[in-house]
Amino acid sequence: MLTLTCPNCGITAEETEFHAGGEAHLKRFGPGSSDTEFEQYLFMRDNPKGVHFERWRHVYGCGKWFHAARDTMTLEVFGTYTAQTSTVPQDIINKIMDRRPDWQASTAP
Amino acid sequence: MSEAVSALKAAEFTGGIAEVTLMDPIGMISVRGDLTAAYMKKALKKAVGLGLPDTRSVQINGDRGVAWMSPDELLLLCPYDQVSDTIDMLTKCFGSNHTLAVNVSDARAVFRISGAHSRDVLAKLAPVDLSPATFTPGMIRRTRLAQVPAAFWIEEGDSFRLVCFRSVALYVYDLLKIAAQPGSAPVFYSAKP
Ligand SMILES: [Zn+2]
Repeated sequence: MLTLTCPNCGITAEETEFHAGGEAHLKRFGPGSSDTEFEQYLFMRDNPKGVHFERWRHVYGCGKWFHAARDTMTLEVFGTYTAQTSTVPQDIINKIMDRRPDWQASTAP
Repeated sequence: MSEAVSALKAAEFTGGIAEVTLMDPIGMISVRGDLTAAYMKKALKKAVGLGLPDTRSVQINGDRGVAWMSPDELLLLCPYDQVSDTIDMLTKCFGSNHTLAVNVSDARAVFRISGAHSRDVLAKLAPVDLSPATFTPGMIRRTRLAQVPAAFWIEEGDSFRLVCFRSVALYVYDLLKIAAQPGSAPVFYSAKP
């Protein structure tokens, strides 16, 4: 079972109180972009075994969006953080490095 | 004005491990805006006689109250027939500031769950730690009850107040009745069998 803490209201609950919003920190390619860029943005997603950054919504709680960094295999949550950022905060990167020393921090969005 | 009736008219379940009662309609006003603004504090004082509640907490002052719903949302409680006056008062205090106060009384149903096993009944339906040490008076919890959203807080003692959407009132009443059916006490939060 995946347990998340919403940074907006502070509630820690299991995943059924939340709704998954897919991969986080996508860069939008809209009008004027190439077909390849648009296709990448619209359809192509990372699907790593291990560290992953995701968007979640506290749908049955405060209703707000947030970000989560977690391990897709072990379900370990490294941390949750504000939705108002397009990059991963340093303290979250540090937490991941503590737990996964061989993880390439340079791959973080 | 037409007569206000609750979602299921009279609905009361007794004889189980907890009593479930559908309450008469109460006034509920959804307020959204900058909760920390001075005009918000002033408006709350005037409308319900209370200050800004802490994160995830509810304050009751007689037949009025205010609950923290999200970082930019509050739920105000007042007598059903005083909603319009209260909204007028709020709107005046908000002035031209980007803030919203809307009457949601008729979009909600209100239940009371009471009795020694009320915590057990709710714990069967919501993914919430309802141990007396963790869920205490003054807290409000927005969560799900089986498949629908709901919010609840402790009214007093072992009596809970629960709010859900009016459109799912029958579903929630049926859920609560099943969770409270005789002989179904898990004896988990309430030590007495
Ligand atoms: Zn939340």
